[in-house]
This record gives sequence, C-alpha cells and structure tokens, in this order.
Amino acid sequence: MTKDLEEVHAPGKRSLALLSILLFGASLMAGSGRAQDSTQQPQTESNYQPPTYPGQIEKDDGEWLRPAKDYASTRYSSLDQITRANAKDLKVVATFSTGLTKGEEAAPLVIGDTLYVITPFPNKLYALDLGKPGFPLKWTYDPLPTPASQGEACCDVVNRGGSYYDGKIFYNTLDDQTVSVDAKTGREVWKVRVGDINRGETLTMAPLVVKGKVLVGISGGEMGVRGWLEALDAKDGKLIWRAYSTGPDKDVLIGPNFKPFYAKDRGQDLGVKTWPPDAWRIGGGSVWGWISYDADLNLIYYGTSNPGPWNAAARPGDNKWTAGIFARNPDTGEAVWYYQYSPHDTYDYDGVNENVLVDLKINNQVRKVILHPDRNGYVYVIDRTNGQVIEANPFVPITTSTGVNLQTGQLQYVADKATITGKVVRDLCPTAPGAKDWQPSAFSPRTGLLYIPHNNLCMDKEDLAVNYIAGTPYVGANVRMYNAPGGYGGAFTAWDPITGKIVWNDPDMFPVWSGALATAGDVVFYGTMEGWFKAVDANTGKVLWQFKTGSGVIGQPVTFKAPDGKQYVAVLAGVGGWSGAIVSGALDPRDTSAALGFAGVMKDLPKYTAPGGTLYVFALP
Amino acid sequence: MYSPSRSAILVVVATVIGMTSSCARETRILQPPPPGQATLNSVQVSGINPGAYPLPPPPPPNIYEESAYSVSQGQTLFQEYNCSGCHANGGGGMGPPLMDNNWIYGSEPQNIFATIMEGRPNGMPSFRNRIPEYQAWEIVGYVRSLAGLLPSDLSAARTDEMNVKPNPTPSQKPVGITGNPE
Repeated sequence: MTKDLEEVHAPGKRSLALLSILLFGASLMAGSGRAQDSTQQPQTESNYQPPTYPGQIEKDDGEWLRPAKDYASTRYSSLDQITRANAKDLKVVATFSTGLTKGEEAAPLVIGDTLYVITPFPNKLYALDLGKPGFPLKWTYDPLPTPASQGEACCDVVNRGGSYYDGKIFYNTLDDQTVSVDAKTGREVWKVRVGDINRGETLTMAPLVVKGKVLVGISGGEMGVRGWLEALDAKDGKLIWRAYSTGPDKDVLIGPNFKPFYAKDRGQDLGVKTWPPDAWRIGGGSVWGWISYDADLNLIYYGTSNPGPWNAAARPGDNKWTAGIFARNPDTGEAVWYYQYSPHDTYDYDGVNENVLVDLKINNQVRKVILHPDRNGYVYVIDRTNGQVIEANPFVPITTSTGVNLQTGQLQYVADKATITGKVVRDLCPTAPGAKDWQPSAFSPRTGLLYIPHNNLCMDKEDLAVNYIAGTPYVGANVRMYNAPGGYGGAFTAWDPITGKIVWNDPDMFPVWSGALATAGDVVFYGTMEGWFKAVDANTGKVLWQFKTGSGVIGQPVTFKAPDGKQYVAVLAGVGGWSGAIVSGALDPRDTSAALGFAGVMKDLPKYTAPGGTLYVFALP
Repeated sequence: MYSPSRSAILVVVATVIGMTSSCARETRILQPPPPGQATLNSVQVSGINPGAYPLPPPPPPNIYEESAYSVSQGQTLFQEYNCSGCHANGGGGMGPPLMDNNWIYGSEPQNIFATIMEGRPNGMPSFRNRIPEYQAWEIVGYVRSLAGLLPSDLSAARTDEMNVKPNPTPSQKPVGITGNPE
C-alpha cells in the first residue's frame, strides 16, 4: 500500500508529508481501540416510534419495597411529578453519610414514612424519617459481621440491597448471614448463617421475598464455591429448599417437570457429566445477581455465574449449570427450564444479570418475554414460558463470538479467541466484567425502551496453572483490560428490544457502573463513576439536569413519594465495586493485572474521584 | 607518587570484592535453620513508644532476601500459594497492593512474616502450619522486592507470563517503623 501511494504521488516532500499524515492517522485509529476486528457490531436505528405497551405494570404505591421496584424487575416508577420540563429544577433536600469508603451499590428502600439505607461491609441498616425535615436518623441496626469476610469478597465488599415483606427488612451480610429486621423498631427478628467464609462463600446480593420465602443466593464464583439459591421461611429463617447450580439432578432440584427448550440442556445429571470428575464441587455457578418473579406463571428467574476457575483448561465440558438462567417454581424450588448463555465459559461471562419481565408484540403476537443484557454482549429476548431464545443482538462490539444460533440456542464462539494456558490471547471483547456487569437496566412501558448502563471494554487474557486452596481465589489467569473501539470505557444506552438496535447512546470515559431508573415523567436517571448523577430525556438521552456528588456513583437510584405527597429521587454515591476497587481499595495500577485485570484501564479514576459513601435525596422546589 | 603495582593491587581487590558480592547474590540456603528461630513479634508495629523510650534495636535481617535465588523462589511460591489471587502481581485486588510501599502492618521482614503466619483481622488468612517457615521467609523477600525495598540485583526477574507490571523500582522508603495505616 505504501508503495502504491509513493507511485501515485511521485517522490517529493509534499507527498511524503501526506503519506506520513495518512500513516499517523491510521496508527491513531488503531490506537484508539485495538480490537478493530470485532465480528459483531451493535446496530443503531433512527426515527424510533414507541409502541403501545401491550402488558401490565405492577400497581405502584409510590414506595420502593423490592430491589428492582417490582417483581418484573423493571425499575420503572409511575410517579410523574418530575418531568422533562422541570427536571432542571431538582435540588438536594437531604444527605446522609455512611462513613464508609467502599462501593455503595444498594438501592435504598422506602416503606411508608421511612427510607432504609443498607451499606457495604459492615452491612449496617439505617432508617431515616421521611416525615421530618432533613430526613433525620430514626435508628441503626448493626449485624456485626466478622471483618475476616472482607478477605473473601472478590470485587469490593459491596451489598446490593434488601427487600421488604410483612413488616420486616430482609438483607444479607458479607459473612453469610441473612437477617430479618423489624422495619418499625430496628429490632432483629432472626439471623441465620447460610454459608461459610472458609469455603470462599460470601453474600452480596439483594434477596427477594416471594410468597413468604426469602430467596438468597451465594457469591464466590472466583473462589471455587459451588453455587446455590435457597429459600428461607420469612417467619423464622428456616431453610425450605436449596437448589445447587452444579452436581447431580437431585441437588440441582431437577425432576420430572424440568423441560428445557433446547436439546443441549436435556439429559440426566448434566451438572456432573459436563465436568471432569468432581470439578463441579468447586465449579462456581454462584447466584449473586437478581431474581425476578412472574406470579401468573408462578416462576422465578435468576442467572448463574461463571464456572471456576477462569482457566477453562481445568474443566473441559459445558460446565452446567453455570453461566445460564434457571426458571424455577418458588414453592418447591424445582427447575422448570434452563438455558445456557455461555457454555464452557472461558471469559468470566456470568449469566447473573437482571431478567426484566415484559410483554412484547413480536411479529404481531404478544409474547411474555425476558429482556436480559448479558455479559457476553448480547441482549437476549427469551420466551419466559419455555426458555426459547427469540432474539439475541449485540449491544457492544464483540470478538469472542459471531452470534447465537436460534435453532440450537448455541453461542457461536470464535475459535481464534479460545484461551490457552501460558498463551496471551488478545483483543477479547467483551471483557471479564462483560459487556455489562451487575449494573441493572430499567424498562419504561411508555417508551418501550430498555435503558442499559454498561461497559465498553476489551481484554488480553493469559490462562495460568492454578491450585485450589479453599477460602482463597480460584482464578488462574492474568488479565488486562483496555477501552473497546470508540475509545470510551462505558455508556448508557437506550435499546429497542423489538428490533434489537440502539436508539440512543451516551458514552462515558468510564464504565457506567450505576443502576438505571425509569419514570412516568419520561425522565431516566443514572450516575457516572466520576460522580455525575444525571436526569436524561427518556426519548432522546438529552441531559436535562446533573449534579456532582461527593464520590463516584455506582448505586441504584430509586424514586418515591414521601408523606408530603412529593416525588423524590434518591441514590447512594460512593465509588467502588470491581471497577472502582482501584479507588476504594487504593490499588496500584502499575500492575495492570490488579483487581483481576480491571485496574489498568481504570488508572485515571483516582484523578477524578475519591471514596466516601453518602445518600443524596433530590426533589423539585 | 604514582605506583603502577599499587594500582594493580587496587583493581584486583576491587574485582575480588565485586565477585564476592555477586556470589552472595547466588547463595542458596541448602539447610534452612530450624523453624521457630524466627524473631517473631520482636518488631513492634507501632512507631510510638510511651514514656519516650528509645526505639528497640533493628531486627536481624532476613537471610532469605540476601540471595536472588531465594527471592525468585519467593516469586514462584507467591503464585503457588495463591498470594497472587488476592494481591495480583503486586497491585492488589481483594487484598491491598504490595508494590506501593504503603504498609498497614509494617514493612520489616518480621512484620510481613507475622502477617503471613498469623493472618490479619480484615481478611488476610493465616497460613500457619500450611507453609514451611523458610518458604514464608522467601515470600517475605519477594514481597519486599515488589515494593523496591531490596537492591535491584536481588529482585526477581520478570517471568515468562504476560507483562502486567513494571520491573520493581525503588520506591520511597517508609519513614520510621511502618508506613501509614489505611
């Protein structure tokens, strides 16, 4: 090519200068994102027209009782006092410091005249009085978790929130205890230990209460745990059922009613047979994400984490039932269907992201579906009655796979990107934290759009030999990450789930690690790791208002109506989490493998924000 | 007065000294001292001495950080015992970074030995009865090399693995007994 250029432009200083500019430009483009060979690129659409929503949204009482607002996990509130026209007038009305320097990922809960804040380790529960000016502190509950548990949490000592049911607040502590606290008095009703930190088990997820059962899942996919979800009796904390994510069918609660849609998920004891002998005992499949519930179908939905260790050479096979989604009967725990997003995952593509239950008109037929933006880079539209994948479209650049075969349900991996022990494999997109990590999206029935906070990263990965030592990480990989094509680290994206295309996209220099909140005022809220809390137009993404909080925002915004009848918006600021561990853990980014490979690409974050947890509550004047 | 022979002697002496020191770098400790000889707890973690008493004498050196071989063994063991699982290649993750020379529980070899053997309350496991003492001292040497506390000719060379961190660079030495608590 160089030669051709020289021949066209006869030798001369001017053409050489031109040539060098061209080459420089080319190198700049290559430098802005090394993964230019992505096999999948998200598509965009213009002239989006919101369809009429054919489904029903759970009746809204202006409170926030559950992690994701409703059982369908929409994170949509029908409150509409804050609109696109007046959002610019939002002001801080109250703040509350947690006094902690770890990542604040929890959604505040609001029940009646009280707002509840659940903190990262040491997992205190604060009750604030919404009936008085400034929302003063009513009481504090301290579960006193053991400090040693901090050494067992893979990615900062976060907590993702709690649930309200029957006069109690239910939530988890890092040291494996589920607690029930009287919502009025702050008195402990019960506290049960469900796991063991000496096996690498911790609790970070927000439990969901369904039909009097507290659903709790274990964390530790990087620690060689054997994942499970269990149901505790809300009255006394007694175990009702536990469903493992690996092992024999009787442990996974697979019985005669288990009817997966795809042939690849059928067979006896696949949770044993798709592993080398006994590898399933330390194979991951933890349940640290979100749970959704469809009362009509009487099914709960949740995802399982990556298989362990990250070095996949240690576990040939599909590694069921990791990196997939289970539908279960909440009464008995028995599995009804399962689908595996990333069989034999080699990139840490957990399947734990939120499952948003909506009804969509697809090909003139209203279907009960799950919207699931997965770490592997696709937004899945799944029939929630039977587990059929209706669509799977990329929402970020992808190099590790070429698509999902809708006939077989199989993710089509790229052979060149398979990881090998002792070899550095480059330009893997998305990365270990995925196209999107835990940060939950929101759905607005008014716009028909799914609002997805996510990452835009690629990685190099080298698998290493790894020993299993109980209570220590079981990973076996060196990873370093960098920004994906586009040159930015994350984005907030409005997604049309019917066409599978991006309607609008708001890039940010860092991963957008906060949750999303959609409201009937057509205002959508989210925060950035730099610390900007934003209200944007649900239709266009235009920033209507933003406020700079004291630390990066990785929490989940909520909205509620206080006893005074006004609409409020609340969010916890306080940077941390896996992406923010460089600040909350004061890591040294000269080692690009720090924080499981996340530190290198986040090396500038300490220049923008400092740690510190604070609740902010906003309202119109 | 200039004397060629005297100058030649100087050169020979310098060469011998140089050879001796570079040989020490290669020393291998074939017979570890019996366990329990460690001067555990003889190093205080606090820099405050009530009553303004003088600081205690400096602790004995860690013989396992006087040879590049031992430090290199420490590097291997740092991976094998999964120290890297939490501390990465020195930059930290689940555990604090080790290459930033900011020591919560002290930078002296005995402090780090105690950290490995006894654990620390906020998540550091105790490896007592799981790691032979001499191997723990080798890991101590490697950990201190990450922070640039060892001479550069003793620090472990980079591995064949993905280059994820710069070669150890001498960083600012902590002042007093320990660095800053977090």
